[in-house]
Amino acid sequence: MKPEHGKESAYITQPGTIRNTRQMTRLEKYFEITLPRQRDLGHEPGQFVMVSVPGVGEAPISISSSPTKKGCFELVVRKVGAVSTALHALDSGDKVGIRGPFGKGFPTAILEGNDLLFIAGGLGIVPLRSLINFVIDNRKDFGKVTILLGCKTPQDMLFNEEVHQWWKRLDVSCSCTVDRSDPDWKGNVGLITGLIPGVSLDAERTFAVVVGPPIMYKFVILELLKKDIPERQILLSLERHMKCGVGKCGHCQIGEYYCCQDGPVFSYDRIRGKHEAL
Amino acid sequence: MDKFVTLNKQDLNDFIVKLSRSQPVMAPVARGCKSFVFESVDSAKAIALHYIPTILPPKKYFFPQRETLLTYNKTTPAWDPVLESRKMAIFGVHTCDLAGIQCLNMVMSASPQDNNYNARKEGITIIGLECNNYCDEYASCNVMDNHLPNGGYDLFFTELPDAFMVHVNSNAGERIVNDIGFFSAATPKHTQQLEEMRARKREIFKPEVKAGHKQLRGIFAGAFDSRQWDRIGERCVACGNCTNVCPTCYCFDVRDEINLDFNTGTRGRVWDSCQNEEFAQVAGGENFRKQRGQRQRHRYMRKFNYPVERFSRYFCTGCGRCSRACMAKINLKETIDALAEEKR
Repeated sequence: MKPEHGKESAYITQPGTIRNTRQMTRLEKYFEITLPRQRDLGHEPGQFVMVSVPGVGEAPISISSSPTKKGCFELVVRKVGAVSTALHALDSGDKVGIRGPFGKGFPTAILEGNDLLFIAGGLGIVPLRSLINFVIDNRKDFGKVTILLGCKTPQDMLFNEEVHQWWKRLDVSCSCTVDRSDPDWKGNVGLITGLIPGVSLDAERTFAVVVGPPIMYKFVILELLKKDIPERQILLSLERHMKCGVGKCGHCQIGEYYCCQDGPVFSYDRIRGKHEAL
Repeated sequence: MDKFVTLNKQDLNDFIVKLSRSQPVMAPVARGCKSFVFESVDSAKAIALHYIPTILPPKKYFFPQRETLLTYNKTTPAWDPVLESRKMAIFGVHTCDLAGIQCLNMVMSASPQDNNYNARKEGITIIGLECNNYCDEYASCNVMDNHLPNGGYDLFFTELPDAFMVHVNSNAGERIVNDIGFFSAATPKHTQQLEEMRARKREIFKPEVKAGHKQLRGIFAGAFDSRQWDRIGERCVACGNCTNVCPTCYCFDVRDEINLDFNTGTRGRVWDSCQNEEFAQVAGGENFRKQRGQRQRHRYMRKFNYPVERFSRYFCTGCGRCSRACMAKINLKETIDALAEEKR
């Protein structure tokens, strides 16, 4: 009797080659990765991959590049644990294992035709950038685009040159803020929530896409609700430490949801009032 | 039409001996101090026919404490998936544990499927055994509706005065009946004895908690802010015994191990527990269930609330293992009673 499910393992891992790296800040390193025969990863903005360093382990990492970028994909890794520390030791030509992409990303088909308000705090820019660049590459399909970025200090800013390009565009409104300034900083100073009241928007046709640490979500959501943006039009990406990526290991569970399968992107109406979500 | 056969009690040993020659047979074995374990047997003499739930449920054969997911080679580099399986028959599985296996089957066959689990499941034949009486005061199988057989087996044995009544529930079960032999057709006398035994069970097995089966979900869904979780959290030592012994707990960690050549190795999964402090911690240090009370609440919600939404069934089987194994005497029946009381 041949089992119907065949012999497909959920843990099939393919080798990826690091083509380019860049130390972005003291803790964050950028990686450009190609798959065998330059095959596309086939992801949607907001999804993640499981990255393996043989002998060390596997960790979930957000995809930072838009699927419109062909032949390779990009990751930004903060050095915090065993796998990320091992990744930081790797350079161009080195190999890593890639499994995925996993999860539900940003619903680009639903976003089309609407105005977009992007809000990223700290490392939140890393996954959000996959959607921002997707929107910029398909700019005519979307309405007004506003980008609000925040981080602790100017030294923590990621993708400075790219952000500058966004800022220069006439079809994108882009503002940055830092918690603590330095003499060279020309942007805003203060929390990202301070930028929201000044944004002029049509609440009915605006989707707010927010990625940042849990504490930021609580205050940003309050500001967005004050602007009358409907709860289902507030999209969040939640961070959890997935071990399997296929909805089994239990580490990423939020109520009845598995963050790795049902998320990481959730609309606020699905997680409002849910314990242990934010 | 249900198919029943019978096996004379004095033939049980011959049946097990012959079955164990065709494939490994696992069965409950006494280990002293009211402890039982499932382990390999080659005759019925070793089997404890009247046993209380084993320390670990039979999930250990479907989802071992440690199993290999893939092997890797650092220099190639390559990762080769591994699907392990082993043909075996598990004899003597109680109805609570049959329910536990059904729960795991649902989780692991939900898309995307877990074929490491499925490959093991394919190799396993399940022979159930009915409890004619309660095992002990920790069980709550009646309120969980698992004191009577609800499928999930190939063969199911019920002990009658002089024979076992055997329900044949699958082709694999029928093959054992035909190939191993010793079975006879069930007579009207046996059918009547089975009915009498079930009638006695209805007198013995009563709801064990102050809430009905259907009310449990509502009790837990409304109990997030209950004071009970703080009380339980104060006693809990976060050892993870409750999740290890649970027939429906399947959380795991994935770990790499490297061989002495420092080049090849294996990636495996090991049982993990939501009771461990780091379980829901993310890279930035944020921990979504830092308090022990929150983690116990999570465990209970994963039995009585979340799976009802996802799989339309409770993931508590009523086996009582979590309460038996708890060093701090956290008791499932008492928790349900306290929450039911609060809700009133």
